[in-house]
Amino acid sequence: MTTTNRPPMEVDPRIYRHLADAQVNVELDTGDMILNLGPQHPATHGTLRLVVRLDGERVVAADPVIGYMHRGYEKLTEVRSYPQITTLINRIDWLSSFANEVPFIHGAEQLMGVEAPPRAQYIRTILTELSRIATFLLFLGEMGLQVGALTPAFYGFRDREHVLNLIEAATGGRFHPNFNRIGGLKDDLPWGWVAETRNTMKVVLDGCNDFDDLVAGNEIFEARTKGIGIIPGDVGAGYGVSGSNLRASGVDWDLRRDGKPYLAYPELDFKVWTHPDGDSFSRYWVRLQETREAARMVVQMLDQLPSGPIMAKVPRIIKVPAGETWVETENPLGQMGYYVVSKGAIGPFRVKIRSASFSNISILPWLLRGVYVPDVITILASLYFILGDIDR
Amino acid sequence: MEEAERAVAETDEAAAPRSERPEGRQPASSSEDGPAGEASEAMEEEQVAPEALSETEQQILDRLEQELGDAVIESASIFGTLVVRVQPDAWRRAAEVSRDALECDYLSFVAGIDWQPAPREGGEGGESSAPVQPTEMTFGAAGSAGRFQVFAYVQSTSRNWGVTLKTDVDEAAPLVQSWVPVYPGADWHERECWEMFGVSFGGHPSLRHIYLPSEFEGHPLRKDFPLLAREVKPWPGLVDVEPMPGDDTPAEGEGAGTEAEGGEEA
Repeated sequence: MTTTNRPPMEVDPRIYRHLADAQVNVELDTGDMILNLGPQHPATHGTLRLVVRLDGERVVAADPVIGYMHRGYEKLTEVRSYPQITTLINRIDWLSSFANEVPFIHGAEQLMGVEAPPRAQYIRTILTELSRIATFLLFLGEMGLQVGALTPAFYGFRDREHVLNLIEAATGGRFHPNFNRIGGLKDDLPWGWVAETRNTMKVVLDGCNDFDDLVAGNEIFEARTKGIGIIPGDVGAGYGVSGSNLRASGVDWDLRRDGKPYLAYPELDFKVWTHPDGDSFSRYWVRLQETREAARMVVQMLDQLPSGPIMAKVPRIIKVPAGETWVETENPLGQMGYYVVSKGAIGPFRVKIRSASFSNISILPWLLRGVYVPDVITILASLYFILGDIDR
Repeated sequence: MEEAERAVAETDEAAAPRSERPEGRQPASSSEDGPAGEASEAMEEEQVAPEALSETEQQILDRLEQELGDAVIESASIFGTLVVRVQPDAWRRAAEVSRDALECDYLSFVAGIDWQPAPREGGEGGESSAPVQPTEMTFGAAGSAGRFQVFAYVQSTSRNWGVTLKTDVDEAAPLVQSWVPVYPGADWHERECWEMFGVSFGGHPSLRHIYLPSEFEGHPLRKDFPLLAREVKPWPGLVDVEPMPGDDTPAEGEGAGTEAEGGEEA
């Protein structure tokens, strides 16, 4: 502050302070400031870069910069055979790898006219729901972390560990099971797995109660998330936002129930949770309910698990007849789909991978306009994306 | 496997209402008892039989034809998904009709495809760096006028239906209308398509690179864009189709060529 502009002494000192501030603002000409979040930033869970233009604390414009982890999977699928591709697509959404495999394998099976036996379908469904639980438990913990609560993260990781152990026991892989085969599964469930899973589901349901009390019922958490980052249902749909994010905006649409029937879902009795608000809190709340629902579904499937073979008869050399198909599934992060074009070779001609996170975060430029900087972090966390699912 | 039997099974499945799953999920391949070699031989000729349109699909198609008229060129059904090819100049109109008349409020994706077969490494009969694809240009469901196509899938969250829309892209001047004014989510998908296939979208607010660095040259998903990793090292997957010891009938096609290949590597 310069002394030359000091106002005359008769001005009230309180007003004087105010005037001085105003003068500084004029002198410094506060323009927009560019804030670069990432590509290496703990709040972005990977190499997502967010260029935000700020006016004070408020975001004027946001531009997500993606592609730091682009691996060109769509090109790579064209130089691989069908069984090899499952290895690749395991690494798209690496938190729920098993769920990624399902639509692709299903697409190849459709083109070949093969259908996996009922037991394989059930085990696939169980493992898909377990992936959903594992993914959401991490989210439920981490969302607390983003608003400054450290404890829920430990709870989330603790419970997720039990679920990952189950997935590991059944498939041999904690993160990348690569367990699906065209026509069925690699192995049957190990001995004692069903009983172990029942116990773990109780643990998960208890854990969900913890999150309900600890996070969702927390006053600070509510203050940081309620009314923040509101996505109206129609806007979300236009941007291709899917899964829990869209259901949290009041759109009652779940491909497990509403899409083309796949896996064992048509035989299951489950509730699709929605929330009318569309804010960060409702996205948390919907995922919390869906975790519970998934645990109940797993128990339900264990009760009605059919016996029988786990592999259909398929030729040893997988050759897929010419044709094309579109298969979509409700994955933990949202709609995952593969548009597979085959020309009768042992590898696909073209695979369009429709991943959920890519569309889910494409709404960010619209959504972040006008929010405050600290809310950017909670909104990013509540949308819940995986970098591999954006960049493919 | 009897082709006719399969075709019938498929049609049945497609025609069944979405709410109920066909009972007795019988593995379609149960009739396939022959050895693996025979099965793969039979598959050689096989084409996925064209399916009849289900009631819902016919309804969607009728509505599209009513709104778009002659712009609808061809349609097909692929495993319960309707594919409709429209004239390039009706591309945006098709999106508007889908959104307004068909209540398809949800945009799943917009993508491109290059129907030209990838050139084989080392010319004809040369060592392949990828699973061998047919060398003549063939088109998928609902056909195509040329090498490039743009296709998109839109869905209705209230009606639980969806439609795949396709349009042809002129190879010499690859330009189609942008869908951004209709579906805001098309923005990123079109940027990706522009970057990967070199197809421009008229009316797009800012066509710039999305995945690749801004100085990147070429369009990687075009079939003639070489994959360097495969140029350097041949396809390791060739080993996978090597016949197992004790197999009487050697696998044909690329399988036969691999026998020596596999031996060398092993």
